[in-house]
Amino acid sequence: MKKLSLFSLLMLVVRRDLVLAMRRRADVLTTLIFFVMVVSLFPLGVGPEMGMLRKMAPGVLWVAALLASMLSLGRLFSADYLDGTLEQMLLAPQSLSVLVLGKMASHWMVSGLPLVLMTPVLGLQFDMSIQAIGVLILGLLLGTPILSMVGAIGAALTLGLRGGGVLLSLLVLPLCIPVLIFGTGAVEAVTSGLSVSSHLSLMGALLVLALVFTPWVTAQALRISME
Amino acid sequence: MAINWFKYSAPTTFYGLAGKLIPWFAVSAAVLCIVGLYIGFVVAPADAQQGEFYRIIFIHVPSSILSMFLYLIMAAYAAMGLIFNTRLSSMMASAIAPTGALFAFISLWTGALWGKPMWGAWWVWDARLTSELILLFLYLGFISLHASIDDPRRADRAAALLAIVGSVNVPIIYFSVKWWNTLHQGSTIKFTGTSMHIAMQQAMFTMLVACWLYAITVTLMRVRSIILERERHTKWITELAEVKS
Repeated sequence: MKKLSLFSLLMLVVRRDLVLAMRRRADVLTTLIFFVMVVSLFPLGVGPEMGMLRKMAPGVLWVAALLASMLSLGRLFSADYLDGTLEQMLLAPQSLSVLVLGKMASHWMVSGLPLVLMTPVLGLQFDMSIQAIGVLILGLLLGTPILSMVGAIGAALTLGLRGGGVLLSLLVLPLCIPVLIFGTGAVEAVTSGLSVSSHLSLMGALLVLALVFTPWVTAQALRISME
Repeated sequence: MAINWFKYSAPTTFYGLAGKLIPWFAVSAAVLCIVGLYIGFVVAPADAQQGEFYRIIFIHVPSSILSMFLYLIMAAYAAMGLIFNTRLSSMMASAIAPTGALFAFISLWTGALWGKPMWGAWWVWDARLTSELILLFLYLGFISLHASIDDPRRADRAAALLAIVGSVNVPIIYFSVKWWNTLHQGSTIKFTGTSMHIAMQQAMFTMLVACWLYAITVTLMRVRSIILERERHTKWITELAEVKS
């Protein structure tokens, strides 16, 4: 067998997962529809007053993105777990952390990126300014990968458990609070005329931290779950 | 003489030791609790600004301190169990978790009771309150992950990993919440701890020690039950006097 470089290994996993996701487009769409629906429920719940909606918009969009990513996390490892692919991945001579990183990346492309692309439309529904929407998208671009990566730890820990979906949210949501705070904080800052760089820098720092540590922790969690 | 430091790291020997220690910790916890409450409610004078309401701190402050320390101790035990694969450490971690969650809950509850007369609201989205609430969530996550895995060894290891991830994340969460709060609301009313009366200090310190002793007592009792449950198929359990009778 030819020895793969780490990068081509990563690309291989990403491509495989993307192909699998494209074969089951309904799953991808469900997450997106859920996101749009949760966001659209808020004006119905709190009333159509534009001033209040404009103020709430970043928080609502972020919380909805958080919930939508929880929804899709359960599928991150379960299909591979059920058909035995995951076991082969654990046995593979290649680094499990890199395989996991590939799965995280494709999970983000399938469940995080569509939400980010959908955000401008929803932002306009809430009468946000163009500038605020831009910052919101930038924050989501930095933040949703963190949700996928931290969520992967929870998904690996709850693999194959009964009631895993609810448990997963219980474990992961508290850990995602900083992302929520910095993401909405950046939009608040730009609407009140302050600099957004501090919030976005912190978010970038969190992204780098997550990128370094979460693949390894997730790999450990998978080993615990599969032993 | 060489001392065997690891003698009590086996459940077999620790079970007996814990049984002998529990009465001492329990009695001293009860005595100190009575003394602390007596000083707190009878000896200590009323506060100049807060009147009688401040007396809730004799329960509130020790339970807040304990809820935070117990999480660290729990994570440390869990990490030891994960790294050295020692059974007793993992059992200690899962024995500490409910007590820690209880103290976090008491701290939030008494805080709310104090907040209503002092701040005029049961709940304020202050950085400290929010991070205590998140701490309670982390405890609940640990307990429910442990409870939902049937194989106890796998449960120990999975929960340990979660506890470690949580303890790494706690400082990040704490500072983000603190910053979030200061960005939005400015400074909220804080407990202005101008030089405390000596009796107040004594009462608070006594109650703190009492709460520590209570936590140790309950943890030891719970770890004994866990040992009995997990090792029930072993020979030494069936030979115990309390099991035979």
